[in-house]
Amino acid sequence: MNLTLRIWRQRDPESPGAMTTYEVADISPDMSFLEMLDTLNEELILRGEEPVAFDHDCREGICGACGVVINGDAHGPERTTTCQLHMRSFEDGDTIDVEPWRAAAFPVVKDLVVDRSAFDRIIGSGGYVTAPTGSAPEAHATPVPKPSADTAFEHAECIGCGACVAACPNGSAMLFTSAKVVHLNSLPQGAPERESRVLDMVDTMDAEGFGGCTVTGMCTTVCPKGIPLSSISTMNREFLRATRRGGRPD
Amino acid sequence: MRFWRSTVGKKTVMAVSGAIMLLYLVFHMAGNLKVFFGPDEMNGYAHWLRTVGEPVLHHEWFLWIARVALLAAVVGHATAAYQLSRRDVAARPVGYRHRRARTSYATRTMRWGGVIIALFLVWHILDLTTGTVNPNGEAGRPYENIVAAFHTWYGNTIYIVAMLAVGLHIRHGFYGAAQTLGAGGRTRDRLLKATANGLALLLTVGFLSVPVGVMTGIVE
Repeated sequence: MNLTLRIWRQRDPESPGAMTTYEVADISPDMSFLEMLDTLNEELILRGEEPVAFDHDCREGICGACGVVINGDAHGPERTTTCQLHMRSFEDGDTIDVEPWRAAAFPVVKDLVVDRSAFDRIIGSGGYVTAPTGSAPEAHATPVPKPSADTAFEHAECIGCGACVAACPNGSAMLFTSAKVVHLNSLPQGAPERESRVLDMVDTMDAEGFGGCTVTGMCTTVCPKGIPLSSISTMNREFLRATRRGGRPD
Repeated sequence: MRFWRSTVGKKTVMAVSGAIMLLYLVFHMAGNLKVFFGPDEMNGYAHWLRTVGEPVLHHEWFLWIARVALLAAVVGHATAAYQLSRRDVAARPVGYRHRRARTSYATRTMRWGGVIIALFLVWHILDLTTGTVNPNGEAGRPYENIVAAFHTWYGNTIYIVAMLAVGLHIRHGFYGAAQTLGAGGRTRDRLLKATANGLALLLTVGFLSVPVGVMTGIVE
Protein backbone atom coordinates (compact mmCIF):
# COMPACT_ATOMS: atom_id res chain seq x y z
CA MET A 1 0.00 0.00 0.00
CA ASN A 2 1.13 3.54 -0.75
CA LEU A 3 -0.24 6.19 1.54
CA THR A 4 -0.09 9.93 2.07
CA LEU A 5 0.13 10.90 5.73
CA ARG A 6 -0.62 14.33 7.12
CA ILE A 7 0.82 14.33 10.62
CA TRP A 8 0.74 17.01 13.29
CA ARG A 9 4.35 18.02 14.00
CA GLN A 10 5.13 20.19 17.00
CA ARG A 11 8.65 20.57 18.36
CA ASP A 12 7.69 21.26 22.00
CA PRO A 13 4.72 22.50 24.05
CA GLU A 14 5.47 26.16 23.33
CA SER A 15 6.15 25.97 19.59
CA PRO A 16 3.31 26.29 17.10
CA GLY A 17 2.61 23.05 15.28
CA ALA A 18 1.48 22.25 11.76
CA MET A 19 0.23 19.35 9.66
CA THR A 20 3.16 17.98 7.68
CA THR A 21 2.76 15.70 4.65
CA TYR A 22 4.72 12.46 4.23
CA GLU A 23 4.53 9.69 1.66
CA VAL A 24 4.98 6.06 2.74
CA ALA A 25 5.35 3.22 0.26
CA ASP A 26 5.08 -0.59 0.38
CA ILE A 27 2.99 -0.72 3.55
CA SER A 28 1.66 -4.19 4.31
CA PRO A 29 -2.08 -4.37 5.08
CA ASP A 30 -1.15 -6.64 8.00
CA MET A 31 0.91 -3.94 9.70
CA SER A 32 -0.55 -2.20 12.71
CA PHE A 33 -0.97 1.55 12.52
CA LEU A 34 2.00 1.99 14.86
CA GLU A 35 4.19 -0.30 12.72
CA MET A 36 3.30 1.89 9.77
CA LEU A 37 4.48 4.91 11.79
CA ASP A 38 7.65 2.95 12.73
CA THR A 39 8.31 2.45 9.01
CA LEU A 40 7.92 6.17 8.41
CA ASN A 41 10.23 6.95 11.33
CA GLU A 42 12.95 4.60 10.05
CA GLU A 43 12.89 6.46 6.75
CA LEU A 44 12.96 9.82 8.50
CA ILE A 45 15.96 8.76 10.61
CA LEU A 46 17.80 7.55 7.48
CA ARG A 47 17.08 10.91 5.82
CA GLY A 48 18.47 12.64 8.92
CA GLU A 49 15.09 14.09 9.90
CA GLU A 50 13.45 14.13 13.33
CA PRO A 51 11.21 11.04 13.74
CA VAL A 52 7.52 11.51 14.63
CA ALA A 53 7.04 11.23 18.40
CA PHE A 54 4.09 9.08 19.50
CA ASP A 55 3.20 7.23 22.71
CA HIS A 56 3.09 3.43 22.78
CA ASP A 57 3.93 0.62 25.15
CA CYS A 58 2.35 -2.84 25.21
CA ARG A 59 1.13 -2.80 21.59
CA GLU A 60 -1.47 -5.42 22.47
CA GLY A 61 -4.36 -3.12 23.36
CA ILE A 62 -4.25 -3.35 27.13
CA CYS A 63 -2.04 -0.54 28.43
CA GLY A 64 -3.73 2.59 27.10
CA ALA A 65 -0.47 4.34 26.20
CA CYS A 66 -1.06 4.70 22.47
CA GLY A 67 -3.76 6.79 20.95
CA VAL A 68 -3.96 9.33 18.15
CA VAL A 69 -6.83 10.87 16.23
CA ILE A 70 -6.93 9.31 12.76
CA ASN A 71 -9.09 11.05 10.15
CA GLY A 72 -10.98 12.76 12.95
CA ASP A 73 -11.67 9.57 14.89
CA ALA A 74 -9.95 8.77 18.20
CA HIS A 75 -8.01 5.51 17.57
CA GLY A 76 -9.17 5.55 13.94
CA PRO A 77 -11.98 3.82 12.09
CA GLU A 78 -12.13 0.60 14.16
CA ARG A 79 -13.31 0.45 17.75
CA THR A 80 -9.95 -0.55 19.21
CA THR A 81 -6.67 0.99 20.30
CA THR A 82 -4.34 2.52 17.72
CA CYS A 83 -1.86 -0.35 18.17
CA GLN A 84 -4.57 -2.89 17.34
CA LEU A 85 -5.74 -0.98 14.27
CA HIS A 86 -4.42 -2.59 11.11
CA MET A 87 -3.64 -1.00 7.78
CA ARG A 88 -6.20 -3.24 6.08
CA SER A 89 -8.75 -0.78 7.44
CA PHE A 90 -7.46 1.68 4.84
CA GLU A 91 -7.31 1.70 1.06
CA ASP A 92 -4.24 1.93 -1.10
CA GLY A 93 -3.66 5.57 -2.03
CA ASP A 94 -5.53 6.95 1.00
CA THR A 95 -4.61 10.24 2.61
CA ILE A 96 -4.64 9.81 6.39
CA ASP A 97 -4.72 12.70 8.87
CA VAL A 98 -3.00 11.96 12.18
CA GLU A 99 -3.43 14.37 15.09
CA PRO A 100 -2.82 14.27 18.84
CA TRP A 101 -5.65 14.13 21.43
CA ARG A 102 -6.99 17.69 21.69
CA ALA A 103 -7.96 18.95 25.13
CA ALA A 104 -6.85 21.80 27.38
CA ALA A 105 -6.21 19.19 30.09
CA PHE A 106 -4.01 17.14 27.71
CA PRO A 107 -1.31 19.59 26.54
CA VAL A 108 0.82 18.47 23.60
CA VAL A 109 4.32 17.47 24.71
CA LYS A 110 5.68 16.81 21.24
CA ASP A 111 4.11 15.85 17.89
CA LEU A 112 1.46 13.23 18.75
CA VAL A 113 2.42 12.85 22.43
CA VAL A 114 0.16 14.52 25.00
CA ASP A 115 0.50 14.80 28.77
CA ARG A 116 -2.32 12.74 30.30
CA SER A 117 -1.21 13.12 33.92
CA ALA A 118 -4.54 14.91 34.61
CA PHE A 119 -6.06 11.39 34.57
CA ASP A 120 -3.57 10.28 37.24
CA ARG A 121 -4.61 13.18 39.46
CA ILE A 122 -8.29 12.24 39.05
CA ILE A 123 -7.46 8.67 40.10
CA GLY A 124 -5.28 9.98 42.95
CA SER A 125 -8.21 11.95 44.36
CA GLY A 126 -10.41 8.90 44.93
CA GLY A 127 -9.91 6.11 42.41
CA TYR A 128 -8.70 3.59 44.99
CA VAL A 129 -9.85 1.69 48.06
CA THR A 130 -8.15 2.17 51.40
CA ALA A 131 -7.07 -1.26 52.63
CA PRO A 132 -4.32 -2.53 54.90
CA THR A 133 -1.46 -3.88 52.82
CA GLY A 134 0.43 -7.04 53.61
CA SER A 135 -0.61 -10.61 52.96
CA ALA A 136 -3.53 -11.23 50.62
CA PRO A 137 -6.92 -11.12 52.39
CA GLU A 138 -8.91 -14.31 52.82
CA ALA A 139 -10.98 -14.68 49.64
CA HIS A 140 -14.28 -15.36 51.40
CA ALA A 141 -13.95 -12.51 53.90
CA THR A 142 -15.96 -10.11 51.71
CA PRO A 143 -18.61 -11.78 49.55
CA VAL A 144 -19.30 -9.88 46.30
CA PRO A 145 -22.68 -10.47 44.65
CA LYS A 146 -22.35 -11.66 41.04
CA PRO A 147 -24.14 -8.66 39.44
CA SER A 148 -21.88 -6.25 41.37
CA ALA A 149 -18.79 -8.19 40.31
CA ASP A 150 -19.93 -8.08 36.67
CA THR A 151 -20.54 -4.32 36.80
CA ALA A 152 -17.20 -3.74 38.51
CA PHE A 153 -15.31 -5.87 35.99
CA GLU A 154 -16.95 -4.16 33.03
CA HIS A 155 -15.94 -0.71 34.29
CA ALA A 156 -12.50 -1.84 35.48
CA GLU A 157 -11.71 -2.53 31.82
CA CYS A 158 -10.97 1.18 31.27
CA ILE A 159 -7.30 1.53 30.31
CA GLY A 160 -7.22 5.32 30.65
CA CYS A 161 -6.21 5.92 27.03
CA GLY A 162 -8.09 9.22 26.88
CA ALA A 163 -9.99 8.54 23.64
CA CYS A 164 -13.22 9.60 25.37
CA VAL A 165 -11.78 13.06 26.06
CA ALA A 166 -10.34 13.29 22.56
CA ALA A 167 -13.68 12.43 20.94
CA CYS A 168 -15.92 14.55 23.17
CA PRO A 169 -16.73 17.95 21.61
CA ASN A 170 -16.41 19.39 25.14
CA GLY A 171 -13.17 17.61 26.03
CA SER A 172 -15.02 16.02 28.93
CA ALA A 173 -13.54 13.30 31.12
CA MET A 174 -16.90 12.08 32.42
CA LEU A 175 -16.67 8.61 30.87
CA PHE A 176 -13.18 8.01 32.29
CA THR A 177 -14.12 9.31 35.76
CA SER A 178 -17.42 7.46 35.82
CA ALA A 179 -15.76 4.17 34.82
CA LYS A 180 -13.60 4.30 37.96
CA VAL A 181 -16.39 5.59 40.22
CA VAL A 182 -18.80 2.87 39.07
CA HIS A 183 -16.08 0.20 39.26
CA LEU A 184 -15.25 0.90 42.90
CA ASN A 185 -18.67 2.08 44.10
CA SER A 186 -20.22 -1.22 42.93
CA LEU A 187 -18.03 -3.24 45.27
CA PRO A 188 -18.32 -3.71 49.05
CA GLN A 189 -14.61 -2.89 49.27
CA GLY A 190 -15.36 0.53 47.81
CA ALA A 191 -18.32 1.26 50.09
CA PRO A 192 -16.51 3.07 52.95
CA GLU A 193 -15.34 5.79 50.52
CA ARG A 194 -18.39 5.66 48.25
CA GLU A 195 -19.49 9.28 48.87
CA SER A 196 -16.13 11.04 49.16
CA ARG A 197 -14.83 9.19 46.09
CA VAL A 198 -17.41 10.54 43.65
CA LEU A 199 -17.38 14.07 45.07
CA ASP A 200 -13.57 14.33 45.14
CA MET A 201 -13.06 12.78 41.71
CA VAL A 202 -15.64 15.08 40.09
CA ASP A 203 -13.99 18.07 41.82
CA THR A 204 -10.57 17.08 40.49
CA MET A 205 -11.98 16.40 37.02
CA ASP A 206 -13.43 19.94 36.96
CA ALA A 207 -10.27 21.50 38.38
CA GLU A 208 -8.15 19.90 35.65
CA GLY A 209 -10.06 21.87 33.02
CA PHE A 210 -12.10 19.11 31.38
CA GLY A 211 -15.47 20.17 29.97
CA GLY A 212 -18.90 18.98 31.03
CA CYS A 213 -21.03 16.17 29.62
CA THR A 214 -23.70 17.09 27.07
CA VAL A 215 -24.59 13.45 26.40
CA THR A 216 -23.44 13.48 22.78
CA GLY A 217 -22.36 9.85 23.23
CA MET A 218 -19.14 10.39 21.26
CA CYS A 219 -17.02 9.03 24.13
CA THR A 220 -18.62 5.63 24.21
CA THR A 221 -18.51 5.17 20.42
CA VAL A 222 -14.70 5.45 20.41
CA CYS A 223 -13.97 3.66 23.71
CA PRO A 224 -11.77 0.64 22.86
CA LYS A 225 -13.00 -1.12 26.01
CA GLY A 226 -16.70 -0.49 25.49
CA ILE A 227 -17.36 1.47 28.66
CA PRO A 228 -21.12 2.18 28.33
CA LEU A 229 -22.67 5.64 28.33
CA SER A 230 -24.88 4.51 31.21
CA SER A 231 -21.86 4.69 33.52
CA ILE A 232 -22.05 8.50 33.29
CA SER A 233 -25.67 8.41 34.41
CA THR A 234 -24.72 6.07 37.25
CA MET A 235 -21.98 8.46 38.36
CA ASN A 236 -24.45 11.37 38.28
CA ARG A 237 -26.74 9.31 40.50
CA GLU A 238 -23.85 8.59 42.89
CA PHE A 239 -22.92 12.28 42.88
CA LEU A 240 -26.46 13.38 43.77
CA ARG A 241 -26.70 10.69 46.44
CA ALA A 242 -23.39 11.75 47.99
CA THR A 243 -24.42 15.42 47.87
CA ARG A 244 -27.70 14.64 49.68
CA ARG A 245 -25.73 12.84 52.38
CA GLY A 246 -23.28 15.71 52.71
CA GLY A 247 -20.44 13.46 51.51
CA ARG A 248 -20.70 11.13 54.50
CA PRO A 249 -21.26 7.36 54.48
CA ASP A 250 -24.24 5.84 56.36
CA MET B 1 -21.15 26.08 47.26
CA ARG B 2 -19.54 22.80 46.21
CA PHE B 3 -22.65 21.60 44.36
CA TRP B 4 -23.03 24.69 42.17
CA ARG B 5 -19.28 24.87 41.49
CA SER B 6 -19.17 21.40 39.95
CA THR B 7 -20.16 20.67 36.36
CA VAL B 8 -22.46 17.87 37.51
CA GLY B 9 -24.18 20.23 39.96
CA LYS B 10 -24.77 22.85 37.26
CA LYS B 11 -26.11 20.17 34.93
CA THR B 12 -28.51 19.14 37.69
CA VAL B 13 -29.78 22.72 37.93
CA MET B 14 -30.27 22.68 34.14
CA ALA B 15 -32.09 19.35 34.28
CA VAL B 16 -34.49 20.38 37.05
CA SER B 17 -35.20 23.85 35.61
CA GLY B 18 -35.64 22.27 32.18
CA ALA B 19 -38.13 19.79 33.58
CA ILE B 20 -40.13 22.63 35.17
CA MET B 21 -40.24 24.50 31.87
CA LEU B 22 -41.14 21.33 29.96
CA LEU B 23 -44.03 20.63 32.31
CA TYR B 24 -45.22 24.21 31.79
CA LEU B 25 -44.98 23.80 28.00
CA VAL B 26 -47.22 20.73 28.09
CA PHE B 27 -49.97 22.70 29.86
CA HIS B 28 -49.36 25.78 27.69
CA MET B 29 -49.71 23.73 24.51
CA ALA B 30 -52.88 22.03 25.75
CA GLY B 31 -54.34 25.42 26.67
CA ASN B 32 -53.51 26.82 23.23
CA LEU B 33 -55.74 24.20 21.61
CA LYS B 34 -58.73 26.07 23.12
CA VAL B 35 -58.34 28.42 20.17
CA PHE B 36 -59.99 25.78 17.98
CA PHE B 37 -63.18 26.02 20.06
CA GLY B 38 -63.79 29.69 19.34
CA PRO B 39 -63.29 33.07 21.00
CA ASP B 40 -65.56 32.41 23.99
CA GLU B 41 -63.77 29.20 25.01
CA MET B 42 -60.31 30.70 24.52
CA ASN B 43 -60.97 34.00 26.25
CA GLY B 44 -62.92 32.25 29.00
CA TYR B 45 -59.99 29.91 29.59
CA ALA B 46 -57.57 32.86 29.75
CA HIS B 47 -59.83 34.52 32.29
CA TRP B 48 -60.09 31.30 34.32
CA LEU B 49 -56.28 31.13 34.56
CA ARG B 50 -56.46 34.34 36.61
CA THR B 51 -58.91 32.82 39.05
CA VAL B 52 -57.03 29.54 39.73
CA GLY B 53 -56.66 28.90 43.45
CA GLU B 54 -59.37 31.33 44.52
CA PRO B 55 -60.53 31.93 47.16
CA VAL B 56 -57.39 30.61 48.93
CA LEU B 57 -55.24 32.67 46.58
CA HIS B 58 -56.04 36.24 45.67
CA HIS B 59 -57.03 37.08 42.06
CA GLU B 60 -54.10 36.43 39.65
CA TRP B 61 -51.82 35.21 42.45
CA PHE B 62 -51.50 31.74 40.96
CA LEU B 63 -50.48 33.32 37.66
CA TRP B 64 -47.81 35.42 39.34
CA ILE B 65 -46.49 32.52 41.41
CA ALA B 66 -46.14 30.50 38.18
CA ARG B 67 -44.46 33.44 36.46
CA VAL B 68 -41.92 33.87 39.28
CA ALA B 69 -41.17 30.12 39.30
CA LEU B 70 -40.75 30.10 35.51
CA LEU B 71 -38.52 33.17 35.60
CA ALA B 72 -36.33 31.47 38.22
CA ALA B 73 -36.16 28.37 36.01
CA VAL B 74 -35.19 30.43 32.96
CA VAL B 75 -32.50 32.34 34.88
CA GLY B 76 -31.07 29.18 36.47
CA HIS B 77 -31.14 27.28 33.18
CA ALA B 78 -29.50 30.09 31.19
CA THR B 79 -26.85 30.91 33.81
CA ALA B 80 -25.76 27.29 34.12
CA ALA B 81 -25.84 26.85 30.32
CA TYR B 82 -23.68 29.92 29.79
CA GLN B 83 -21.12 28.92 32.43
CA LEU B 84 -20.96 25.30 31.26
CA SER B 85 -20.64 26.32 27.61
CA ARG B 86 -17.74 28.64 28.47
CA ARG B 87 -16.04 25.73 30.23
CA ASP B 88 -16.72 23.32 27.37
CA VAL B 89 -15.29 25.68 24.74
CA ALA B 90 -12.22 26.35 26.91
CA ALA B 91 -11.66 22.59 27.33
CA ARG B 92 -10.94 22.21 23.59
CA PRO B 93 -8.82 25.29 22.75
CA VAL B 94 -7.27 23.72 19.62
CA GLY B 95 -9.69 21.90 17.34
CA TYR B 96 -9.04 19.05 14.95
CA ARG B 97 -7.95 19.81 11.39
CA HIS B 98 -9.87 16.78 10.18
CA ARG B 99 -13.36 17.76 11.27
CA ARG B 100 -16.42 15.59 11.06
CA ALA B 101 -19.83 16.35 12.50
CA ARG B 102 -21.01 13.11 14.01
CA THR B 103 -23.39 14.15 16.75
CA SER B 104 -27.09 14.49 15.94
CA TYR B 105 -28.54 17.78 14.66
CA ALA B 106 -30.55 18.22 17.87
CA THR B 107 -27.38 17.77 19.95
CA ARG B 108 -25.35 20.23 17.90
CA THR B 109 -28.01 22.94 18.01
CA MET B 110 -28.60 22.91 21.79
CA ARG B 111 -26.64 26.11 22.50
CA TRP B 112 -27.76 28.35 19.62
CA GLY B 113 -31.20 26.79 19.74
CA GLY B 114 -31.39 27.86 23.38
CA VAL B 115 -30.41 31.41 22.44
CA ILE B 116 -33.10 31.47 19.72
CA ILE B 117 -35.71 30.26 22.22
CA ALA B 118 -34.63 32.93 24.75
CA LEU B 119 -34.96 35.68 22.13
CA PHE B 120 -38.34 34.30 21.08
CA LEU B 121 -39.46 34.39 24.72
CA VAL B 122 -38.95 38.17 24.80
CA TRP B 123 -40.85 38.58 21.52
CA HIS B 124 -43.62 36.23 22.64
CA ILE B 125 -44.23 38.12 25.89
CA LEU B 126 -44.27 41.46 24.05
CA ASP B 127 -46.63 39.94 21.49
CA LEU B 128 -49.22 37.99 23.44
CA THR B 129 -48.77 38.92 27.10
CA THR B 130 -48.25 42.70 27.05
CA GLY B 131 -49.53 43.11 23.49
CA THR B 132 -46.83 45.73 22.77
CA VAL B 133 -45.89 44.35 19.34
CA ASN B 134 -49.24 42.73 18.60
CA PRO B 135 -51.28 44.29 15.74
CA ASN B 136 -54.41 43.97 17.89
CA GLY B 137 -52.92 44.00 21.41
CA GLU B 138 -56.19 44.10 23.30
CA ALA B 139 -55.93 43.03 26.95
CA GLY B 140 -58.27 40.19 27.94
CA ARG B 141 -58.93 39.17 24.33
CA PRO B 142 -56.21 36.56 23.58
CA TYR B 143 -58.23 34.93 20.79
CA GLU B 144 -58.36 38.13 18.73
CA ASN B 145 -54.69 38.84 19.52
CA ILE B 146 -53.62 35.34 18.39
CA VAL B 147 -55.53 35.66 15.13
CA ALA B 148 -54.00 39.11 14.53
CA ALA B 149 -50.46 37.88 15.32
CA PHE B 150 -50.69 35.00 12.87
CA HIS B 151 -52.06 37.22 10.13
CA THR B 152 -48.61 38.80 9.76
CA TRP B 153 -45.80 37.07 7.84
CA TYR B 154 -43.22 37.95 10.51
CA GLY B 155 -45.42 36.70 13.34
CA ASN B 156 -45.77 33.34 11.62
CA THR B 157 -42.09 33.08 10.66
CA ILE B 158 -40.77 33.92 14.11
CA TYR B 159 -43.21 31.54 15.77
CA ILE B 160 -42.61 28.59 13.44
CA VAL B 161 -38.80 28.89 13.63
CA ALA B 162 -38.97 29.14 17.43
CA MET B 163 -41.27 26.12 17.77
CA LEU B 164 -38.97 23.99 15.60
CA ALA B 165 -36.10 25.09 17.87
CA VAL B 166 -38.16 24.15 20.93
CA GLY B 167 -38.82 20.71 19.46
CA LEU B 168 -35.15 20.05 18.76
CA HIS B 169 -34.16 21.42 22.17
CA ILE B 170 -36.58 19.08 23.95
CA ARG B 171 -35.50 16.13 21.83
CA HIS B 172 -31.95 16.22 23.18
CA GLY B 173 -32.71 18.13 26.39
CA PHE B 174 -35.14 15.62 27.84
CA TYR B 175 -32.74 12.75 27.18
CA GLY B 176 -29.77 14.70 28.58
CA ALA B 177 -31.70 15.78 31.67
CA ALA B 178 -32.68 12.17 32.39
CA GLN B 179 -29.01 11.15 32.18
CA THR B 180 -27.98 14.01 34.46
CA LEU B 181 -30.55 13.04 37.07
CA GLY B 182 -29.23 9.48 36.98
CA ALA B 183 -32.23 7.92 35.26
CA GLY B 184 -30.15 6.52 32.40
CA GLY B 185 -29.36 2.87 32.03
CA ARG B 186 -28.56 0.39 29.34
CA THR B 187 -32.10 -0.86 28.93
CA ARG B 188 -33.82 2.40 29.80
CA ASP B 189 -32.00 4.58 27.25
CA ARG B 190 -34.20 3.44 24.38
CA LEU B 191 -37.34 4.30 26.37
CA LEU B 192 -35.89 7.71 27.32
CA LYS B 193 -35.04 8.51 23.70
CA ALA B 194 -38.50 7.44 22.54
CA THR B 195 -40.13 9.59 25.23
CA ALA B 196 -37.94 12.56 24.27
CA ASN B 197 -38.88 12.17 20.59
CA GLY B 198 -42.56 11.76 21.45
CA LEU B 199 -42.63 14.83 23.68
CA ALA B 200 -40.74 16.91 21.12
CA LEU B 201 -43.11 15.89 18.34
CA LEU B 202 -46.25 16.35 20.44
CA LEU B 203 -45.27 19.84 21.58
CA THR B 204 -44.03 21.01 18.18
CA VAL B 205 -47.16 19.79 16.37
CA GLY B 206 -49.42 21.11 19.13
CA PHE B 207 -47.87 24.58 19.12
CA LEU B 208 -47.65 24.80 15.33
CA SER B 209 -51.31 23.83 14.94
CA VAL B 210 -52.33 27.34 16.08
CA PRO B 211 -50.56 29.42 13.37
CA VAL B 212 -51.43 26.72 10.81
CA GLY B 213 -55.06 26.95 11.96
CA VAL B 214 -55.07 30.71 11.47
CA MET B 215 -53.25 30.55 8.12
CA THR B 216 -55.66 27.94 6.73
CA GLY B 217 -58.66 29.86 8.01
CA ILE B 218 -59.81 27.16 10.45
CA VAL B 219 -59.35 29.75 13.18
CA GLU B 220 -60.83 33.10 12.20
